[in-house]
Amino acid sequence: MTDRGFSLRVVVALARRAMLGSLRRPQFLAPLVLFPSMFLAVNTGGLGRTTGLPGFPKVDGFLDFQLAGAMTQSLLLGGVATGIATALEIEGGFFDRLVASPISRSAIVLGRLAATGATAVLQVTYFLVLGFLFGATVKGGIPGVLVVYLIGTVAAVGFGAIGQALALRAQSAASVQGIFPLVLVVLFVSSAFFPRDLLSSPSDVIATYNPLSYIAEGMRTPIIEGVGATSVLEGLAAAVVVVVAAGGVALLALRGRLREA
Amino acid sequence: MIQSVTVVRALVRRALNEILRVPGAAIPGVLAPTIFMLGLSSVFGKASSLPGFTADDFRTFIVPVGLLQGAGFTGAATGVNLARDIEQGWFDRLLLCPAPRVTLLSGVVASAALRALLPGIFLLAVAFSLGVAVPTLVALVIVTVLVMGLACAMACFSVTLALKFRTQQAAPLMQIAGFIGVLFTASYAPKPLLADWLRAVATVNPVTYILDGVRQGFVGGVTWADTWPALLSTVGLIGVLGTLAARGLRRYGV
Repeated sequence: MTDRGFSLRVVVALARRAMLGSLRRPQFLAPLVLFPSMFLAVNTGGLGRTTGLPGFPKVDGFLDFQLAGAMTQSLLLGGVATGIATALEIEGGFFDRLVASPISRSAIVLGRLAATGATAVLQVTYFLVLGFLFGATVKGGIPGVLVVYLIGTVAAVGFGAIGQALALRAQSAASVQGIFPLVLVVLFVSSAFFPRDLLSSPSDVIATYNPLSYIAEGMRTPIIEGVGATSVLEGLAAAVVVVVAAGGVALLALRGRLREA
Repeated sequence: MIQSVTVVRALVRRALNEILRVPGAAIPGVLAPTIFMLGLSSVFGKASSLPGFTADDFRTFIVPVGLLQGAGFTGAATGVNLARDIEQGWFDRLLLCPAPRVTLLSGVVASAALRALLPGIFLLAVAFSLGVAVPTLVALVIVTVLVMGLACAMACFSVTLALKFRTQQAAPLMQIAGFIGVLFTASYAPKPLLADWLRAVATVNPVTYILDGVRQGFVGGVTWADTWPALLSTVGLIGVLGTLAARGLRRYGV
């Protein structure tokens, strides 16, 4: 078997292990969708009338608008969960055993990220079904749904890489858990929950430079308008930027940890 | 009695020491409510221009929500710390000490009440510096009591989960209760502007009355009509969730 083939098998095996670990304890997987579902419910129930504000884009309902925000939030939490799982493996010594085994170091990182990507498919599916159940529609039809999956999965892998980088640096599940509230920060300074034109300062300015805005808008446009080249490309590009940047940082953090060990 | 107070004080001091020893773990919890307040007012600020909104400024309306979020975060952090102590075996050693288990629970919960003041003070300092009107002294006292009380209630809840799952991985479950409790109220908008289903939920949610009690000092004035339901709800929550935590502790390791 070639080195590449072997590494791929390792990635698949680690991804499978990570997925099984999550599925065996669904109570820890549930918050990934529960928190955003809750925000979705509260935002929709509390601020539904804001669709009548001047400058709000034409939408069938506030739920349609909020779906992409909920997905983005859920995927970010998936990144935190990836970080916590990695930190727990470090704390428990499993990570060191992996490092000592004759496998590629990058496969250790990629295995967990592959599981994060697979989980993202489940998360996006959950929110689409939830939206459909409560009357939302995807204006872009099946191509629109596929775009939502594509951008969501790529972005989730990027968020997972951020979580891993933090875990490799902090080496403590409690510290990684501590960034949970900060997930809200990056969401609040993006257009994930409200139209960019209606944001107050300084969120409106920061949102323009926040990749989350483009990821959320990339998933939202197929839902409220239909598939448009600009938003799709912007959303996908933003997701890829997060993957490349965070993946690089995660690999650097891994190298740093190995040097310390 | 004096020995119990000594144990409670020692546990509180240990919890407070953690803030100094591991500031990295405490800082997000302190910052989060302020970020929540700034973020929500920045994102949804235009909502205050909706007809029927009771505050001129969305930030003033949302400050009390941030204060209660801080109490929720602190309560959850108490459970996470306990789960860590269980994982590392420290809690088992603590159980060997000749103190009633209720005393140990009181120490853990009391630390949450004190720690909840940190995010609250930080949030208020930022809010006041941004132009939110300073409430009266009476209103601030009521705010302090209610925030500390809710932190105790949420600490009891997260302690119950920590004793059941015995792992830090249960942290999101601990945090979600605080979120649900605080947000499924008239948190974003006055009750008449809420969707029918949310208005119904807010009416039966005890935290709604705590929020009203905290908010009265910021929007309008302090009244007994808003204060007593808030105090009653706080005491009720501590009673119910404290009983669950005490039961979990009694059964732990048996």
